[in-house]
Amino acid sequence: MIKMNNTQALRQVQDDLKSQYDPKKKLVTICAGTGCRGYGCIKVKEELEAEIKKQNMDVEVRATGCFGFCEKGPLVIIHPEKIFYQQVKIKDVPDIISKTVAQGEVLEKLLYRDPQTNETVMKEEDVPFYKKQNRLVFGQNGMIDPTRIEDYLVIDGYSALAKALSGMTPEGVISEVKKAGLRGRGGGGFLAGIKWEGSRRAHGEPKYVIGNGDEGDPGAYMDRSLMEGNPHSVIEGMIIGAYAIGASEGYIYVRNEYPLAVIHLTMAIESAREAGLLGRNILGTDFSFDIKISKGGGAFVCGESSALFASIEGRAGEPRAKYVHAVEKGLWDKPTVLNNVETWANVPLIISKGADWYASIGTENSKGTKIFSLVGKINNTGLIEVPMGMTLREIIYGMGGGIPKGRKFKAVQTGGPSGGCIPESLLDLQVDFDRLYEVGSMMGSGGMIVMDDRSCMVDVAKYFLAFLQEESCGKCVPCREGVRRMREILEDICAGKGEEGDVELLEHISTGVADGSLCALGGSAPNPVLSTIKYFREEYDAHIRDHRCPAGVCKALITYSIDPEKCTGCGLCIKVCPTQAVSGEKKKAHTINNDLCTRCGACIESCKFDAINVK
Amino acid sequence: MSKVSDIKLKTKQIVKKHKGDKSALIAVLQDIQEAFNYLPKEALITVGAAMGIPTSRVYEVATFYNAFSLNPRGEHIVKICVGTACHVRGASAILDKFERTLLIKPGETNQDQKFSLELVNCVGACALGPVVVIDTEYHGQMTMAKVDKIIGKLKEGAQ
Repeated sequence: MIKMNNTQALRQVQDDLKSQYDPKKKLVTICAGTGCRGYGCIKVKEELEAEIKKQNMDVEVRATGCFGFCEKGPLVIIHPEKIFYQQVKIKDVPDIISKTVAQGEVLEKLLYRDPQTNETVMKEEDVPFYKKQNRLVFGQNGMIDPTRIEDYLVIDGYSALAKALSGMTPEGVISEVKKAGLRGRGGGGFLAGIKWEGSRRAHGEPKYVIGNGDEGDPGAYMDRSLMEGNPHSVIEGMIIGAYAIGASEGYIYVRNEYPLAVIHLTMAIESAREAGLLGRNILGTDFSFDIKISKGGGAFVCGESSALFASIEGRAGEPRAKYVHAVEKGLWDKPTVLNNVETWANVPLIISKGADWYASIGTENSKGTKIFSLVGKINNTGLIEVPMGMTLREIIYGMGGGIPKGRKFKAVQTGGPSGGCIPESLLDLQVDFDRLYEVGSMMGSGGMIVMDDRSCMVDVAKYFLAFLQEESCGKCVPCREGVRRMREILEDICAGKGEEGDVELLEHISTGVADGSLCALGGSAPNPVLSTIKYFREEYDAHIRDHRCPAGVCKALITYSIDPEKCTGCGLCIKVCPTQAVSGEKKKAHTINNDLCTRCGACIESCKFDAINVK
Repeated sequence: MSKVSDIKLKTKQIVKKHKGDKSALIAVLQDIQEAFNYLPKEALITVGAAMGIPTSRVYEVATFYNAFSLNPRGEHIVKICVGTACHVRGASAILDKFERTLLIKPGETNQDQKFSLELVNCVGACALGPVVVIDTEYHGQMTMAKVDKIIGKLKEGAQ
């Protein structure tokens, strides 16, 4: 890539790339996000390339960022027809090349089949999972090879930066972002423009901008998919932000568990620097700015701003009191703007298309779209991007395809460990920052974990408190000891040792933990407990009063038995039981000795006749 | 196991690569862990001396972050995802099965140093849940039956 010294040069490069691009040319794109990699997409890609070579064809195979529909990976799209193939295996490759790519013949068996209508769907945009999405931020992932800056430039990448540098003052950029109503996508939902303005006005040099990619909420992986799949969109947003606040240095703080994101971001930063889009005198202007990558050490608390600064500074990630705001004294006590990577990826859109356009999407106080990760007990696991204000019902049933095996929906957990569980009665809630907060949960980074009638809400509360106790940095006593005590009470309840008054005690401790903790980790730690008490009190009571776990999860409160009507006496469960708790003669109904049984579930997994009852 | 002199030499090289920059402490420790698969005591002492950071602070950082291990780890690292999505899909049953099969608890390494068992809070591959990452390979839709197969294969490969 040549170094571009002005905005005309950028336009020239984009035009050259566009003129080389033939929309009618055959192209095979394959999703190479982490989900599809888990299904073995890299081997499928190699096979596609080998087959094309074997058949002496001139077709590009492009490994792109995540398409979002992780449930059905590996995903392949044949262009220009945009034929969408799912669950592609190596053995399918010869047919894909010789039939679809060479002759345009569609392979029915690889198409998505709508379980509602039982009809196949040929194009990605017609699959129900995608139909109602509005993939403004995430949509380009599927066309971009994240290791090539050219793929980003050809879709007008960095045009927003050029627009800001050549035609807008820093104040103008800030007022545009304010007008757009962009709120932080990482958790708190603070208005980005206000933050930027505070930092621009603050005294102190140098100023910093930071991209928070320490995606710690379990069950949320949209930041990872953005960093891996479209790293330049994050970088472009950060450069625009740096111009607006007058920052000269930046960091992207990436979670330790995301090695591929580190690789793609590093490559993107290097190629942007080479192209004159990062570093000294960006696009030939006086503005200089550069970005470094800081790899996290695997600590949930480092998603919190002051803990994140401590981590970049090479210290243990302990938050500090925030009577002085980060926009004035952040990293190394200098003015700092910290935004989530998804927030940064929204910025180029706002600058390119304008605040009015952006503000026309979403609800009154939550503008734009949000990427959610729809996971757990849901048919279509994946990442969806929808306008703010879509109902939970539409997300879970419309896009998510409902609950697997026809089971009953129980709750959706949003906001990660700081969020709460939302019950069925609130499924028509329009999802935005304020509505989620009102019902005792929060947006967080956008994780949505769906639970069915086999998920125990007391167990879920215990799970989150165990997580938070492990991740509490230990600085504030109410968080360190309070969360531990809450966990112990929940463990007792799950073990059948709960007592009357435990629920009230949990509520009482919650107040202390929330009020007495410095940072949001402790401040919101009681949410999973309070929201489950609020909406699922009867489950707590069943555990405490009746020593019963209605969902059949808590081991101390359940027993296994074999249904003699369904059992065929095949003996599989006898073979897999680690404690020899199952006995019986061949071809006769077996029985379980509950004194020996540890409720490990091995028999349930092995039984082909659904004969094991849990009560 | 590396000799003490090798550990010290390698550690000094790593510190030098980061130009002794105190803010690079976490990155230095990450590189050391990559080189030795854990953080040897001698390396932590050498880092403190070479970077002018009290050993106590190096130790604080090394024990604060989940990514670091102060004990040697096994040839294969088994990471059980215990993120929320995997949890509701039965990750704890898979963890129990690994514990029974390898006879170790999370954070431990088995006697012949073949396997270490670790927990991870979400690897972002929720569609594959319950998911287990062994070394760099993802194993999705885990079942207890699959655990025996995978461990069996790895043991065979190790012989």
